[in-house]
Amino acid sequence: MNDTHPPRLGPNGRPVRHFVMPRSLGGRLRVWRHIIYRRVVQVGLLVLFFGTAQWGWNVFGRPLLQGNLSASEVLGAIPMADPFAVLQISLTGVVLNPEVWLGAAIILGVYGLAGGRTWCAWVCPINMVADGAAWLRRRLGVADIFHVSRNLRYSVLVLSLVLSVLMGVAAFEWISPIAILHRELLYGIGMGWVVVLGILLFDLLVLRNGWCGHLCPLGAFYALVGRVALVRVAFDTPSCTHCGDCARVCPEPQVLNLRRASEVGMIASGECTNCGRCITVCPEDTLAFGLRPRIDVPAGGTNQQVHHRRVT
Amino acid sequence: MSSTRRDFLIKSAQAAALAVTGGLVWAYLLKQQANAAAYAIRPPGARMADDFNARCIKCGQCVRACPFDTLRLAHSAETIPIGTPYFVPRDIPCYMCEDIPCMNACPTGALDPGLEDIADARMGQAVIDIENCLSWQGLRCEICHRECPLTDKAITVEHHPRRISRHAMFVPLVHSDACTGCGICEKACPTEVAAIRVVQPELVRGRIGEHYRLGWKNAAGITEDFDAGRAKAGSPAAPTGLDYLNEGEP
Ligand code: SF4
Ligand code: SF4
Ligand code: SF4
Ligand code: SF4
Repeated sequence: MNDTHPPRLGPNGRPVRHFVMPRSLGGRLRVWRHIIYRRVVQVGLLVLFFGTAQWGWNVFGRPLLQGNLSASEVLGAIPMADPFAVLQISLTGVVLNPEVWLGAAIILGVYGLAGGRTWCAWVCPINMVADGAAWLRRRLGVADIFHVSRNLRYSVLVLSLVLSVLMGVAAFEWISPIAILHRELLYGIGMGWVVVLGILLFDLLVLRNGWCGHLCPLGAFYALVGRVALVRVAFDTPSCTHCGDCARVCPEPQVLNLRRASEVGMIASGECTNCGRCITVCPEDTLAFGLRPRIDVPAGGTNQQVHHRRVT
Repeated sequence: MSSTRRDFLIKSAQAAALAVTGGLVWAYLLKQQANAAAYAIRPPGARMADDFNARCIKCGQCVRACPFDTLRLAHSAETIPIGTPYFVPRDIPCYMCEDIPCMNACPTGALDPGLEDIADARMGQAVIDIENCLSWQGLRCEICHRECPLTDKAITVEHHPRRISRHAMFVPLVHSDACTGCGICEKACPTEVAAIRVVQPELVRGRIGEHYRLGWKNAAGITEDFDAGRAKAGSPAAPTGLDYLNEGEP
Protein backbone atom coordinates (compact mmCIF):
# COMPACT_ATOMS: atom_id res chain seq x y z
CA MET A 1 0.00 0.00 0.00
CA ASN A 2 2.66 2.42 1.00
CA ASP A 3 4.43 1.73 -2.28
CA THR A 4 1.51 2.95 -4.33
CA HIS A 5 0.99 6.21 -2.41
CA PRO A 6 3.73 8.79 -2.04
CA PRO A 7 4.46 9.19 1.71
CA ARG A 8 2.73 12.13 3.43
CA LEU A 9 5.20 14.89 4.23
CA GLY A 10 5.45 16.78 7.47
CA PRO A 11 5.77 20.57 7.67
CA ASN A 12 9.53 20.08 7.81
CA GLY A 13 9.43 18.28 4.48
CA ARG A 14 10.24 14.88 5.91
CA PRO A 15 7.97 11.87 5.46
CA VAL A 16 5.56 11.25 8.31
CA ARG A 17 6.44 8.10 10.17
CA HIS A 18 4.41 6.69 13.02
CA PHE A 19 5.26 5.17 16.34
CA VAL A 20 5.69 1.40 16.22
CA MET A 21 5.86 -0.57 19.45
CA PRO A 22 9.22 -2.38 19.42
CA ARG A 23 9.01 -6.16 19.57
CA SER A 24 11.97 -6.72 21.84
CA LEU A 25 11.48 -6.54 25.59
CA GLY A 26 14.33 -4.04 25.89
CA GLY A 27 12.68 -1.80 23.33
CA ARG A 28 9.35 -2.02 25.11
CA LEU A 29 10.90 -1.25 28.45
CA ARG A 30 12.45 1.83 26.85
CA VAL A 31 9.02 2.94 25.68
CA TRP A 32 7.54 2.25 29.09
CA ARG A 33 10.41 3.71 31.04
CA HIS A 34 8.63 6.78 32.32
CA ILE A 35 5.60 4.86 33.44
CA ILE A 36 7.94 2.51 35.30
CA TYR A 37 9.84 5.39 36.95
CA ARG A 38 6.54 7.04 37.85
CA ARG A 39 5.16 3.93 39.50
CA VAL A 40 8.41 3.46 41.39
CA VAL A 41 8.20 7.02 42.74
CA GLN A 42 4.47 6.80 43.50
CA VAL A 43 4.60 3.43 45.21
CA GLY A 44 7.98 4.17 46.79
CA LEU A 45 6.62 7.26 48.55
CA LEU A 46 3.63 5.28 49.76
CA VAL A 47 5.95 2.60 51.10
CA LEU A 48 8.09 5.20 52.87
CA PHE A 49 5.03 6.68 54.55
CA PHE A 50 3.69 3.22 55.34
CA GLY A 51 6.98 1.89 56.65
CA THR A 52 7.43 4.87 58.93
CA ALA A 53 3.85 4.68 60.15
CA GLN A 54 3.40 0.94 60.58
CA TRP A 55 6.89 -0.48 60.97
CA GLY A 56 8.56 2.46 62.67
CA TRP A 57 11.23 3.04 60.01
CA ASN A 58 13.74 5.53 61.28
CA VAL A 59 17.30 6.77 60.98
CA PHE A 60 19.07 7.02 64.33
CA GLY A 61 15.71 7.09 66.03
CA ARG A 62 14.35 9.85 63.82
CA PRO A 63 11.20 8.78 61.96
CA LEU A 64 11.95 8.60 58.25
CA LEU A 65 8.81 10.12 56.73
CA GLN A 66 6.17 10.78 59.36
CA GLY A 67 2.68 11.86 58.36
CA ASN A 68 1.08 11.74 54.95
CA LEU A 69 0.85 13.76 51.75
CA SER A 70 -1.20 16.46 53.50
CA ALA A 71 1.58 17.22 55.97
CA SER A 72 4.65 15.32 57.01
CA GLU A 73 8.09 15.57 58.47
CA VAL A 74 11.33 14.09 57.15
CA LEU A 75 13.64 12.74 59.84
CA GLY A 76 11.73 14.69 62.43
CA ALA A 77 13.25 17.89 61.10
CA ILE A 78 12.14 19.01 57.64
CA PRO A 79 8.45 19.93 57.52
CA MET A 80 6.41 19.41 54.38
CA ALA A 81 2.82 20.46 53.79
CA ASP A 82 0.38 20.47 50.90
CA PRO A 83 0.34 24.13 49.81
CA PHE A 84 -3.23 23.89 48.51
CA ALA A 85 -4.43 22.49 51.85
CA VAL A 86 -2.55 25.22 53.73
CA LEU A 87 -4.14 27.83 51.46
CA GLN A 88 -7.61 26.49 52.22
CA ILE A 89 -6.97 26.31 55.97
CA SER A 90 -5.67 29.87 55.95
CA LEU A 91 -8.80 31.02 54.12
CA THR A 92 -10.92 29.73 57.02
CA GLY A 93 -9.34 32.53 59.01
CA VAL A 94 -6.96 30.40 61.02
CA VAL A 95 -3.41 31.73 61.49
CA LEU A 96 -1.06 28.79 61.04
CA ASN A 97 2.38 28.65 62.56
CA PRO A 98 5.54 29.33 60.53
CA GLU A 99 6.51 25.65 60.48
CA VAL A 100 3.48 24.77 58.37
CA TRP A 101 4.11 27.68 56.04
CA LEU A 102 7.70 26.56 55.66
CA GLY A 103 6.47 23.06 54.85
CA ALA A 104 4.09 24.43 52.23
CA ALA A 105 6.84 26.61 50.77
CA ILE A 106 9.15 23.61 50.53
CA ILE A 107 6.57 21.57 48.60
CA LEU A 108 5.69 24.54 46.43
CA GLY A 109 9.41 24.88 45.74
CA VAL A 110 9.73 21.19 44.87
CA TYR A 111 6.94 21.34 42.30
CA GLY A 112 8.01 24.76 41.12
CA LEU A 113 11.27 23.07 40.13
CA ALA A 114 9.89 19.67 39.11
CA GLY A 115 7.09 21.02 36.96
CA GLY A 116 3.78 21.66 38.74
CA ARG A 117 1.58 18.77 37.71
CA THR A 118 4.59 16.51 38.02
CA TRP A 119 2.77 15.98 41.30
CA CYS A 120 -0.09 14.42 39.31
CA ALA A 121 1.86 11.98 37.18
CA TRP A 122 4.58 11.09 39.66
CA VAL A 123 3.14 11.29 43.18
CA CYS A 124 -0.66 11.51 43.44
CA PRO A 125 -2.11 8.08 44.27
CA ILE A 126 -5.31 8.74 42.29
CA ASN A 127 -3.16 8.93 39.17
CA MET A 128 -2.84 5.16 39.20
CA VAL A 129 -6.61 4.82 39.26
CA ALA A 130 -7.03 7.40 36.50
CA ASP A 131 -4.32 5.82 34.34
CA GLY A 132 -5.95 2.43 34.84
CA ALA A 133 -9.33 3.77 33.79
CA ALA A 134 -7.84 5.48 30.72
CA TRP A 135 -6.03 2.30 29.71
CA LEU A 136 -9.20 0.21 30.07
CA ARG A 137 -11.19 2.79 28.18
CA ARG A 138 -8.78 2.60 25.24
CA ARG A 139 -8.80 -1.19 25.26
CA LEU A 140 -12.57 -1.38 25.38
CA GLY A 141 -12.96 1.42 22.85
CA VAL A 142 -15.50 3.33 24.94
CA ALA A 143 -16.83 6.20 22.85
CA ASP A 144 -17.13 9.76 24.16
CA ILE A 145 -20.70 10.65 25.01
CA PHE A 146 -20.33 14.35 25.71
CA HIS A 147 -17.82 17.12 25.93
CA VAL A 148 -17.03 19.18 29.00
CA SER A 149 -14.55 22.04 29.10
CA ARG A 150 -11.31 21.13 30.81
CA ASN A 151 -11.36 24.60 32.35
CA LEU A 152 -14.09 23.37 34.66
CA ARG A 153 -11.34 22.41 37.09
CA TYR A 154 -10.43 26.06 37.63
CA SER A 155 -14.02 26.75 38.63
CA VAL A 156 -13.83 23.87 41.09
CA LEU A 157 -10.59 25.38 42.39
CA VAL A 158 -12.23 28.75 42.96
CA LEU A 159 -15.26 27.05 44.51
CA SER A 160 -13.10 25.18 47.00
CA LEU A 161 -11.47 28.43 48.09
CA VAL A 162 -14.80 30.25 48.38
CA LEU A 163 -16.35 27.38 50.36
CA SER A 164 -13.34 27.32 52.68
CA VAL A 165 -14.06 30.94 53.54
CA LEU A 166 -17.80 30.41 53.91
CA MET A 167 -17.85 27.08 55.72
CA GLY A 168 -14.83 27.53 57.98
CA VAL A 169 -13.21 24.24 56.99
CA ALA A 170 -10.73 23.35 54.25
CA ALA A 171 -13.43 22.55 51.69
CA PHE A 172 -11.51 20.28 49.33
CA GLU A 173 -9.52 18.53 52.04
CA TRP A 174 -12.78 17.44 53.64
CA ILE A 175 -13.96 15.58 50.55
CA SER A 176 -10.75 14.97 48.61
CA PRO A 177 -10.70 11.47 47.07
CA ILE A 178 -6.92 11.82 46.87
CA ALA A 179 -6.58 12.28 50.62
CA ILE A 180 -9.19 9.59 51.32
CA LEU A 181 -7.41 7.00 49.19
CA HIS A 182 -3.99 7.94 50.52
CA ARG A 183 -5.07 7.94 54.17
CA GLU A 184 -6.86 4.66 53.87
CA LEU A 185 -3.85 3.03 52.25
CA LEU A 186 -1.83 4.18 55.26
CA TYR A 187 -4.30 3.94 58.14
CA GLY A 188 -6.75 1.23 57.20
CA ILE A 189 -9.51 0.85 54.69
CA GLY A 190 -12.99 2.21 55.30
CA MET A 191 -15.28 3.18 52.48
CA GLY A 192 -12.41 4.71 50.52
CA TRP A 193 -12.64 2.09 47.83
CA VAL A 194 -16.10 3.47 46.97
CA VAL A 195 -14.47 6.76 46.03
CA VAL A 196 -11.85 4.96 43.97
CA LEU A 197 -14.48 2.87 42.22
CA GLY A 198 -16.47 6.03 41.56
CA ILE A 199 -13.54 7.72 39.85
CA LEU A 200 -12.75 4.55 37.92
CA LEU A 201 -16.30 4.21 36.58
CA PHE A 202 -16.62 7.92 35.89
CA ASP A 203 -13.38 8.00 33.90
CA LEU A 204 -14.06 4.68 32.20
CA LEU A 205 -17.67 5.07 31.12
CA VAL A 206 -18.75 8.67 31.54
CA LEU A 207 -16.01 11.14 30.71
CA ARG A 208 -12.55 10.41 29.36
CA ASN A 209 -9.92 11.72 31.81
CA GLY A 210 -12.98 12.88 33.72
CA TRP A 211 -11.62 13.45 37.20
CA CYS A 212 -8.00 14.44 36.62
CA GLY A 213 -8.58 16.22 33.34
CA HIS A 214 -11.76 18.12 34.17
CA LEU A 215 -12.58 18.32 37.87
CA CYS A 216 -9.70 17.93 40.29
CA PRO A 217 -8.91 21.31 41.92
CA LEU A 218 -5.54 20.08 43.19
CA GLY A 219 -4.53 19.28 39.62
CA ALA A 220 -5.76 22.75 38.67
CA PHE A 221 -3.69 24.29 41.46
CA TYR A 222 -0.55 22.54 40.27
CA ALA A 223 -1.39 23.45 36.67
CA LEU A 224 -1.06 27.08 37.75
CA VAL A 225 2.29 26.26 39.37
CA GLY A 226 3.32 24.52 36.14
CA ARG A 227 3.01 27.76 34.19
CA VAL A 228 6.23 28.97 35.72
CA ALA A 229 7.83 25.68 36.71
CA LEU A 230 11.32 24.72 35.69
CA VAL A 231 11.11 21.21 34.24
CA ARG A 232 9.14 21.19 30.99
CA VAL A 233 8.87 18.94 27.98
CA ALA A 234 11.13 20.58 25.41
CA PHE A 235 10.04 20.64 21.78
CA ASP A 236 12.56 20.46 18.95
CA THR A 237 10.61 22.13 16.17
CA PRO A 238 12.70 21.14 13.09
CA SER A 239 12.32 17.41 13.69
CA CYS A 240 8.55 17.33 14.21
CA THR A 241 6.49 15.91 11.32
CA HIS A 242 3.13 16.58 13.00
CA CYS A 243 2.39 12.87 13.06
CA GLY A 244 0.21 13.43 16.12
CA ASP A 245 1.32 10.31 17.97
CA CYS A 246 2.12 12.38 21.07
CA ALA A 247 -1.40 13.77 21.34
CA ARG A 248 -2.85 10.28 21.00
CA VAL A 249 -1.16 9.07 24.20
CA CYS A 250 -1.37 12.33 26.16
CA PRO A 251 -3.90 12.52 29.00
CA GLU A 252 -4.14 16.28 28.38
CA PRO A 253 -3.90 16.40 24.58
CA GLN A 254 -4.84 20.09 24.39
CA VAL A 255 -1.38 20.94 25.75
CA LEU A 256 0.29 19.48 22.66
CA ASN A 257 -0.54 22.50 20.60
CA LEU A 258 2.33 22.04 18.16
CA ARG A 259 2.11 25.55 16.76
CA ARG A 260 2.51 27.08 20.17
CA ALA A 261 5.14 24.49 21.09
CA SER A 262 7.24 25.48 18.09
CA GLU A 263 6.96 29.13 19.10
CA VAL A 264 8.23 28.64 22.62
CA GLY A 265 10.25 25.46 22.17
CA MET A 266 8.41 23.54 24.86
CA ILE A 267 5.06 22.33 26.09
CA ALA A 268 4.27 25.53 27.90
CA SER A 269 0.83 24.74 29.30
CA GLY A 270 0.81 24.06 33.01
CA GLU A 271 -1.72 21.32 32.40
CA CYS A 272 1.05 19.04 31.09
CA THR A 273 1.70 16.47 33.82
CA ASN A 274 5.31 15.72 32.83
CA CYS A 275 4.32 12.08 32.55
CA GLY A 276 6.70 11.62 29.61
CA ARG A 277 4.36 9.46 27.53
CA CYS A 278 4.75 11.73 24.51
CA ILE A 279 8.53 11.61 24.81
CA THR A 280 8.78 7.88 24.42
CA VAL A 281 6.28 7.49 21.57
CA CYS A 282 7.62 10.30 19.42
CA PRO A 283 9.25 8.59 16.42
CA GLU A 284 11.39 11.66 15.68
CA ASP A 285 12.73 12.28 19.20
CA THR A 286 11.27 15.76 19.05
CA LEU A 287 10.28 15.74 22.69
CA ALA A 288 12.52 15.47 25.75
CA PHE A 289 12.56 16.70 29.32
CA GLY A 290 14.32 20.02 29.62
CA LEU A 291 14.76 22.97 31.94
CA ARG A 292 12.81 26.10 31.08
CA PRO A 293 15.70 28.56 30.91
CA ARG A 294 17.89 26.16 28.94
CA ILE A 295 15.28 25.42 26.33
CA ASP A 296 16.29 27.09 23.08
CA VAL A 297 13.50 29.28 21.91
CA PRO A 298 13.59 29.06 18.14
CA ALA A 299 14.16 32.27 16.18
CA GLY A 300 11.05 34.26 15.36
CA GLY A 301 10.30 32.90 11.90
CA THR A 302 10.13 29.23 12.73
CA ASN A 303 6.49 29.16 13.48
CA GLN A 304 5.43 30.94 10.32
CA GLN A 305 7.63 28.62 8.34
CA VAL A 306 6.15 25.54 9.96
CA HIS A 307 2.66 26.78 9.58
CA HIS A 308 3.18 27.81 6.00
CA ARG A 309 4.67 24.52 4.99
CA ARG A 310 1.89 22.60 6.61
CA VAL A 311 -0.70 24.52 4.66
CA THR A 312 0.96 23.91 1.30
CA MET B 1 -26.63 39.35 16.77
CA SER B 2 -29.14 39.36 19.59
CA SER B 3 -29.38 35.61 19.38
CA THR B 4 -25.65 35.19 20.12
CA ARG B 5 -26.02 37.63 22.95
CA ARG B 6 -28.94 35.65 24.24
CA ASP B 7 -26.91 32.46 23.92
CA PHE B 8 -24.13 34.06 25.87
CA LEU B 9 -26.47 35.15 28.65
CA ILE B 10 -28.05 31.73 28.86
CA LYS B 11 -24.65 30.04 28.87
CA SER B 12 -23.46 32.30 31.69
CA ALA B 13 -26.62 31.64 33.66
CA GLN B 14 -26.14 27.91 33.17
CA ALA B 15 -22.54 28.07 34.32
CA ALA B 16 -23.51 30.13 37.36
CA ALA B 17 -26.34 27.71 38.19
CA LEU B 18 -23.96 24.78 37.90
CA ALA B 19 -21.48 26.43 40.26
CA VAL B 20 -24.19 27.30 42.77
CA THR B 21 -25.74 23.81 42.67
CA GLY B 22 -22.36 22.17 43.04
CA GLY B 23 -21.43 24.60 45.80
CA LEU B 24 -24.63 23.90 47.73
CA VAL B 25 -24.22 20.12 47.58
CA TRP B 26 -20.59 20.52 48.56
CA ALA B 27 -21.45 22.85 51.45
CA TYR B 28 -24.07 20.35 52.61
CA LEU B 29 -21.47 17.57 52.71
CA LEU B 30 -19.13 19.79 54.71
CA LYS B 31 -21.87 20.71 57.17
CA GLN B 32 -22.83 17.07 57.66
CA GLN B 33 -19.20 16.21 58.38
CA ALA B 34 -18.72 19.11 60.77
CA ASN B 35 -21.87 18.16 62.69
CA ALA B 36 -20.40 14.74 63.38
CA ALA B 37 -17.58 16.36 65.39
CA ALA B 38 -19.69 16.10 68.56
CA TYR B 39 -19.21 12.33 68.52
CA ALA B 40 -15.42 12.40 68.43
CA ILE B 41 -13.28 12.04 71.54
CA ARG B 42 -10.26 14.06 70.47
CA PRO B 43 -6.59 13.79 71.50
CA PRO B 44 -5.41 15.97 74.40
CA GLY B 45 -5.09 19.63 73.59
CA ALA B 46 -7.66 19.52 70.81
CA ARG B 47 -9.21 22.93 70.37
CA MET B 48 -12.94 23.62 70.39
CA ALA B 49 -14.75 21.90 67.52
CA ASP B 50 -14.87 24.80 65.03
CA ASP B 51 -11.26 25.76 65.55
CA PHE B 52 -10.09 22.15 65.46
CA ASN B 53 -12.07 21.44 62.28
CA ALA B 54 -10.52 24.42 60.57
CA ARG B 55 -6.97 23.60 61.58
CA CYS B 56 -6.53 19.85 61.43
CA ILE B 57 -4.87 18.97 58.12
CA LYS B 58 -5.55 15.25 58.70
CA CYS B 59 -1.92 14.27 58.55
CA GLY B 60 -2.06 11.56 61.22
CA GLN B 61 1.19 12.65 62.89
CA CYS B 62 -0.54 12.64 66.27
CA VAL B 63 -1.75 9.09 65.59
CA ARG B 64 1.78 7.92 64.93
CA ALA B 65 3.25 9.74 67.90
CA CYS B 66 1.02 7.97 70.42
CA PRO B 67 3.01 5.16 72.07
CA PHE B 68 -0.17 3.32 73.08
CA ASP B 69 -1.83 3.23 69.64
CA THR B 70 -4.73 5.07 71.21
CA LEU B 71 -5.49 7.38 68.34
CA ARG B 72 -7.00 6.64 64.94
CA LEU B 73 -7.80 8.70 61.87
CA ALA B 74 -11.49 8.44 61.06
CA HIS B 75 -12.00 6.66 57.79
CA SER B 76 -14.81 7.31 55.39
CA ALA B 77 -17.42 5.01 56.90
CA GLU B 78 -17.43 6.45 60.43
CA THR B 79 -19.65 8.96 62.20
CA ILE B 80 -16.63 11.17 62.81
CA PRO B 81 -15.46 13.92 60.44
CA ILE B 82 -13.40 12.12 57.84
CA GLY B 83 -9.66 11.91 58.36
CA THR B 84 -9.63 13.51 61.81
CA PRO B 85 -7.99 11.89 64.85
CA TYR B 86 -10.12 10.43 67.63
CA PHE B 87 -10.11 7.53 70.01
CA VAL B 88 -12.47 4.95 71.42
CA PRO B 89 -11.69 4.75 75.16
CA ARG B 90 -13.30 1.34 75.58
CA ASP B 91 -10.73 -0.04 73.08
CA ILE B 92 -7.65 1.94 74.09
CA PRO B 93 -7.94 4.96 76.39
CA CYS B 94 -5.47 7.84 76.54
CA TYR B 95 -2.88 7.02 79.18
CA MET B 96 -2.06 10.68 79.69
CA CYS B 97 1.63 10.79 78.77
CA GLU B 98 3.34 13.53 80.71
CA ASP B 99 5.25 14.72 77.65
CA ILE B 100 2.05 14.73 75.50
CA PRO B 101 3.74 13.39 72.31
CA CYS B 102 0.56 13.58 70.18
CA MET B 103 0.17 17.28 70.84
CA ASN B 104 3.84 17.92 70.22
CA ALA B 105 3.67 16.12 66.87
CA CYS B 106 0.79 18.22 65.57
CA PRO B 107 2.11 20.64 62.95
CA THR B 108 -0.97 22.83 62.64
CA GLY B 109 -1.77 23.57 66.25
CA ALA B 110 -5.11 21.75 65.98
CA LEU B 111 -3.82 20.21 69.19
CA ASP B 112 -3.03 23.38 71.06
CA PRO B 113 0.65 23.50 72.11
CA GLY B 114 -0.46 25.74 74.96
CA LEU B 115 -1.42 22.64 76.95
CA GLU B 116 1.39 22.24 79.46
CA ASP B 117 -0.02 19.84 82.00
CA ILE B 118 -1.80 16.75 80.70
CA ALA B 119 -4.14 16.99 83.71
CA ASP B 120 -5.56 20.14 82.11
CA ALA B 121 -6.57 18.23 78.97
CA ARG B 122 -10.30 18.08 78.26
CA MET B 123 -10.77 15.31 75.73
CA GLY B 124 -14.31 14.67 76.82
CA GLN B 125 -16.10 14.03 80.05
CA ALA B 126 -16.94 10.80 81.85
CA VAL B 127 -20.59 10.31 82.73
CA ILE B 128 -22.03 7.50 84.82
CA ASP B 129 -25.15 5.63 83.87
CA ILE B 130 -26.37 5.08 87.44
CA GLU B 131 -28.99 2.59 86.30
CA ASN B 132 -26.24 0.22 85.22
CA CYS B 133 -23.32 1.15 87.46
CA LEU B 134 -22.62 -1.75 89.87
CA SER B 135 -21.80 0.57 92.75
CA TRP B 136 -25.11 2.36 92.29
CA GLN B 137 -26.85 -1.02 92.64
CA GLY B 138 -25.21 -1.43 96.04
CA LEU B 139 -22.30 -3.67 95.03
CA ARG B 140 -18.76 -2.79 96.02
CA CYS B 141 -17.12 -2.06 92.66
CA GLU B 142 -15.61 1.45 92.47
CA ILE B 143 -13.09 0.21 89.91
CA CYS B 144 -13.32 3.46 87.98
CA HIS B 145 -12.43 5.40 91.10
CA ARG B 146 -9.37 3.25 91.69
CA GLU B 147 -8.20 3.31 88.05
CA CYS B 148 -8.69 7.02 87.45
CA PRO B 149 -5.30 8.76 87.11
CA LEU B 150 -6.84 11.73 88.92
CA THR B 151 -8.57 9.65 91.53
CA ASP B 152 -10.29 11.60 94.32
CA LYS B 153 -10.24 14.64 92.11
CA ALA B 154 -12.00 13.55 88.90
CA ILE B 155 -13.87 10.67 90.53
CA THR B 156 -14.78 10.55 94.20
CA VAL B 157 -16.71 7.91 96.11
CA GLU B 158 -19.55 9.16 98.29
CA HIS B 159 -21.91 7.55 100.74
CA HIS B 160 -25.43 7.17 99.60
CA PRO B 161 -28.28 5.89 101.77
CA ARG B 162 -29.76 2.64 100.69
CA ARG B 163 -33.42 1.82 101.09
CA ILE B 164 -33.32 -1.94 101.68
CA SER B 165 -30.78 -2.07 104.52
CA ARG B 166 -28.99 0.07 107.03
CA HIS B 167 -25.73 -0.15 105.08
CA ALA B 168 -24.82 2.74 102.89
CA MET B 169 -23.89 2.48 99.20
CA PHE B 170 -20.53 3.73 98.02
CA VAL B 171 -21.11 5.44 94.73
CA PRO B 172 -18.65 7.02 92.29
CA LEU B 173 -19.26 10.58 91.18
CA VAL B 174 -17.44 12.38 88.36
CA HIS B 175 -16.31 15.97 88.75
CA SER B 176 -16.05 17.87 85.53
CA ASP B 177 -13.57 20.39 86.91
CA ALA B 178 -10.91 17.65 87.07
CA CYS B 179 -11.99 14.95 84.56
CA THR B 180 -9.71 14.93 81.50
CA GLY B 181 -11.81 12.49 79.51
CA CYS B 182 -8.93 10.06 79.16
CA GLY B 183 -11.37 7.13 79.34
CA ILE B 184 -9.29 4.85 81.57
CA CYS B 185 -12.41 4.44 83.70
CA GLU B 186 -14.47 3.45 80.68
CA LYS B 187 -11.85 0.91 79.73
CA ALA B 188 -11.79 -0.53 83.26
CA CYS B 189 -15.54 -0.69 83.93
CA PRO B 190 -16.49 -4.38 84.34
CA THR B 191 -20.08 -4.18 83.08
CA GLU B 192 -20.85 -5.67 79.67
CA VAL B 193 -21.27 -2.25 78.16
CA ALA B 194 -19.37 0.32 80.19
CA ALA B 195 -21.58 2.11 82.71
CA ILE B 196 -19.14 5.03 82.77
CA ARG B 197 -18.45 6.54 79.39
CA VAL B 198 -16.60 9.49 77.98
CA VAL B 199 -18.63 11.84 75.81
CA GLN B 200 -18.30 15.38 74.58
CA PRO B 201 -19.56 17.56 77.42
CA GLU B 202 -21.87 19.58 75.20
CA LEU B 203 -23.90 16.44 74.55
CA VAL B 204 -24.76 15.90 78.21
CA ARG B 205 -24.03 18.99 80.23
CA GLY B 206 -26.76 21.44 81.19
CA ARG B 207 -26.44 24.99 82.38
CA ILE B 208 -28.24 26.41 85.43
CA GLY B 209 -28.47 29.94 84.14
CA GLU B 210 -27.67 33.17 85.94
CA HIS B 211 -31.17 33.76 87.26
CA TYR B 212 -30.77 31.02 89.88
CA ARG B 213 -28.82 32.41 92.82
CA LEU B 214 -27.30 29.63 94.90
CA GLY B 215 -27.02 31.60 98.13
CA TRP B 216 -25.40 28.84 100.15
CA LYS B 217 -22.50 28.76 97.71
CA ASN B 218 -22.12 32.49 98.02
CA ALA B 219 -20.42 33.69 101.18
CA ALA B 220 -21.71 37.25 100.89
CA GLY B 221 -25.32 36.16 100.56
CA ILE B 222 -27.81 36.02 97.79
CA THR B 223 -27.82 39.62 96.70
CA GLU B 224 -24.05 40.04 96.71
CA ASP B 225 -23.69 41.40 93.21
CA PHE B 226 -27.31 42.15 92.50
CA ASP B 227 -27.75 45.40 90.69
CA ALA B 228 -31.30 46.40 89.85
CA GLY B 229 -30.00 48.83 87.26
CA ARG B 230 -28.48 45.93 85.28
CA ALA B 231 -31.58 43.76 85.51
CA LYS B 232 -32.66 42.28 82.22
CA ALA B 233 -35.74 43.49 80.45
CA GLY B 234 -38.77 41.74 81.83
CA SER B 235 -37.42 41.36 85.35
CA PRO B 236 -39.15 43.24 88.17
CA ALA B 237 -38.48 46.92 87.78
CA ALA B 238 -36.75 48.98 90.41
CA PRO B 239 -39.36 50.68 92.63
CA THR B 240 -40.58 53.97 91.34
CA GLY B 241 -42.36 56.69 93.29
CA LEU B 242 -41.79 57.65 96.90
CA ASP B 243 -40.18 55.36 99.39
CA TYR B 244 -41.41 57.34 102.35
CA LEU B 245 -41.19 54.51 104.84
CA ASN B 246 -37.43 54.59 104.46
CA GLU B 247 -36.75 58.07 103.36
CA GLY B 248 -39.49 59.98 105.09
CA GLU B 249 -41.86 62.42 103.41
CA PRO B 250 -40.28 65.18 101.44
S1 SF4 C 1 -5.50 15.81 38.64
FE1 SF4 C 1 -5.88 15.59 40.84
S2 SF4 C 1 -6.32 13.43 41.16
FE2 SF4 C 1 -5.43 13.63 39.12
S3 SF4 C 1 -3.31 13.19 39.43
FE3 SF4 C 1 -3.55 15.43 39.57
S4 SF4 C 1 -3.89 15.87 41.75
FE4 SF4 C 1 -4.15 13.66 41.45
S1 SF4 D 1 2.51 16.63 26.93
FE1 SF4 D 1 3.65 14.72 27.18
S2 SF4 D 1 4.44 14.84 29.27
FE2 SF4 D 1 2.84 16.37 29.12
S3 SF4 D 1 1.02 15.34 29.83
FE3 SF4 D 1 1.06 15.09 27.63
S4 SF4 D 1 2.07 13.15 27.26
FE4 SF4 D 1 2.51 13.74 29.38
S1 SF4 E 1 -1.40 11.71 75.81
FE1 SF4 E 1 -0.24 9.87 75.29
S2 SF4 E 1 -1.70 8.17 75.45
FE2 SF4 E 1 -2.87 10.04 75.38
S3 SF4 E 1 -3.36 10.24 73.18
FE3 SF4 E 1 -1.54 11.48 73.59
S4 SF4 E 1 0.14 10.15 73.09
FE4 SF4 E 1 -1.66 8.83 73.32
S1 SF4 F 1 -1.32 15.92 64.08
FE1 SF4 F 1 -2.70 17.67 64.23
S2 SF4 F 1 -3.18 18.20 62.09
FE2 SF4 F 1 -2.31 16.13 62.08
S3 SF4 F 1 -4.10 14.78 62.20
FE3 SF4 F 1 -3.39 15.10 64.33
S4 SF4 F 1 -4.62 16.85 65.02
FE4 SF4 F 1 -4.78 16.82 62.81
